[in-house]
Amino acid sequence: MRARSSVRLSRRLDERRLIAAMFLGPAVMTVLVLVAYPMAHTLWLSLHDSASGEFVGLANYGRMFSGEQTRHAILNNIVWVVVAPTIVTVLGLMLAVLTQRVRWSTALKTILFMPMAISFLAVGVTFRLVYDEDPQRGALNAALVAVHDAFSPPSRYYGVAPRDGTGLVPAEGGYETASPVPADEPVAMPVVGLPRERIPSDAVPAAAPAVGLELRGVVWLDFTRGGGGAAGTIDETEVGLPGMRVEAVRSGVVVATATTDGSGRFVFPGLTEGDYTVRLAAANFTEPFRGVTWLGPRLVTPAVIGAYIWIWAGFAMILIQAGLAAMPRDVLEAARVDGASDWQVLRRVTVPLVRPILVVVFVTLSINVLKIFDLLYVLPPDSSQDEANVVALEMYRVSFGGGLDYGLGSALAVLLFLLVLPAMLFTIRRRRKERS
Amino acid sequence: MTTLLAPTPVPELEPAGTAVRIDPQPGPLRRLVARLGSGAARTFVIAVGVFWLFPTLGLAVASLRSAADNSATGWWTALTAPAQLTLDNYAALLGNARITGSLWNTLLIAVPSTVLVLGLGALGAYALAWLRFPGRDLVFVLAVALTIVPVQVAVIPDAAVFRALGIFGDIPAVIAFHVAFGLPFAVFLLRNYFLGLPVDMIEAARADGASEFTVFRRVALPFAWPALGSLAIFQFLWVWNDLLVALVFGFNNPPITYAIREQTRAFATNIDVIAPGALVSMAVPLILFFGFQRYFLRIMLDGAVK
Repeated sequence: MRARSSVRLSRRLDERRLIAAMFLGPAVMTVLVLVAYPMAHTLWLSLHDSASGEFVGLANYGRMFSGEQTRHAILNNIVWVVVAPTIVTVLGLMLAVLTQRVRWSTALKTILFMPMAISFLAVGVTFRLVYDEDPQRGALNAALVAVHDAFSPPSRYYGVAPRDGTGLVPAEGGYETASPVPADEPVAMPVVGLPRERIPSDAVPAAAPAVGLELRGVVWLDFTRGGGGAAGTIDETEVGLPGMRVEAVRSGVVVATATTDGSGRFVFPGLTEGDYTVRLAAANFTEPFRGVTWLGPRLVTPAVIGAYIWIWAGFAMILIQAGLAAMPRDVLEAARVDGASDWQVLRRVTVPLVRPILVVVFVTLSINVLKIFDLLYVLPPDSSQDEANVVALEMYRVSFGGGLDYGLGSALAVLLFLLVLPAMLFTIRRRRKERS
Repeated sequence: MTTLLAPTPVPELEPAGTAVRIDPQPGPLRRLVARLGSGAARTFVIAVGVFWLFPTLGLAVASLRSAADNSATGWWTALTAPAQLTLDNYAALLGNARITGSLWNTLLIAVPSTVLVLGLGALGAYALAWLRFPGRDLVFVLAVALTIVPVQVAVIPDAAVFRALGIFGDIPAVIAFHVAFGLPFAVFLLRNYFLGLPVDMIEAARADGASEFTVFRRVALPFAWPALGSLAIFQFLWVWNDLLVALVFGFNNPPITYAIREQTRAFATNIDVIAPGALVSMAVPLILFFGFQRYFLRIMLDGAVK
């Protein structure tokens, strides 16, 4: 009797295992063949030469840490991991706290979370437009130039230079008469190099200065369209250059300044005695601000991090806000009643209470950042990709993007895995705890 | 549903309900400070919102302008001169076989991947939740660990596997890879959801003599449909938005991300293909996002480590 029941029991056990195997089998087999075994194989590959298949020990890892390109990729990854999750978490906290009191925070959450639905490719394309270097096309540079010009207006006459052989020489970033001129002798200052579309609308045909005792002169565009004008003389169709800042210099010191009128004339009232060097001030010729080369070698990493923040800020904000909503309200009230300022409440009460969530956000983003690939493959133009390189991108480039160096590629993959490992252990612990 | 954060409520795109009414009797000074403060906060929030909308708006407007207009001036000039807007780029896109073919490829990859991950994942998750067998906990922990493993650790050997199978570069290879890397997360998520099933329901069904598969199909699956729905959205988007896997395994039948990336080598000259193409590729995710915001949010918060 006992024997029979134990046989039945073991048969039932076998049956149970069989059923479990049938349920789990397909998933486990797929993962074993396409994830687990390849992981082991990648480790093996990283210890072998990809061409000969010989065991080379840690040589691939040595190449990884000594190669300039791979080292740069690793360093960039470190920058990414340190900077991006921190900024996103802090920004998320700020937004979460600030929007608590704003009525339509729901709309904002929707807007901020939306980028998470979009592919990195689409974000890359989107931000190529944002970061376009030409301020005529790139929104960011257009905005920067507008702000810059509002505070320091662009000079009208950049690129303009004196006509050769007319006695004007470069000085202090501008141009001046080669030698001092007596005050009662009008100064002719012919310049060239102003494209037609930049001739000011208030410019009228140039006119020789009226006779007078004070230091005076004329600045004009000594260029006749279609040719025919004589160098150094005011021809019929030539225009004066209004708004030019002119300085009178004596013994190296600027003693007076004047501005030209519509026909290019200027007068220094009161300067009737002595000799002066007349100078067209440097401010007339400063090159205009043309924005920033966002996707050039120097700024490409911060620029791409900017796009990354755009994607993930909503994620951080919403998670943190959920934590804030769950915070015991009486603690906050007690702090306020005790007279704590907003800042104190934030630092001493809010942040410590939501710290577990901040950690989760931070760790999640760190994992995500380590694996970042698509954004760096799309956003930086090919010319800056070496500069923007990270481990995941370099791994693709050496293994598939023409390199076929599976040894080095595998070493990079193993490195990536090791970098993710601490965050993985953290996540396993957290997820095991939360099982119901 | 089990969420990332057990102790906190499920985050939703709804007012958090924390409208802070603090001091019972705020003094006049405090009220003034509060009002100014909330004014500043409001301005800041509006600025952030505008800032966040701008890039996408730019892409959308650029996609409606000719390549010549786009290379001459910024998209914002269209705001004051809307006459330059045209649907020509989209018309041309429809006639571009490479792009339309790639959209079709994307569907051919994303739909089977999603179905397979859901099917195989649900079966496995049910076993982990309701069947008793040795090594069950270990399998679960491994599934959790594998949710985080970067795909880079498998691509080189998998390329060899797919070569041996004769599918390297083709759609089945891309699907297989997505399924393998989608399964751990699916199993983790669904197993936790299945655990919420009342024991009585399972036991009752079993006592009625239903086979384990019948219990799975008739009891567990109907119970889990919200989780299955969220997971379907997540997995579908994951594959839809993927570029890396397609680059490595799908070069013979490129999906839309791949096809657009090809164009970005000459970004300025191909903007009339890139901008509308990117917008079309964004349309599906955005429709899912606005249509299923709640599910979307939950699952993205859980799946962000992938």
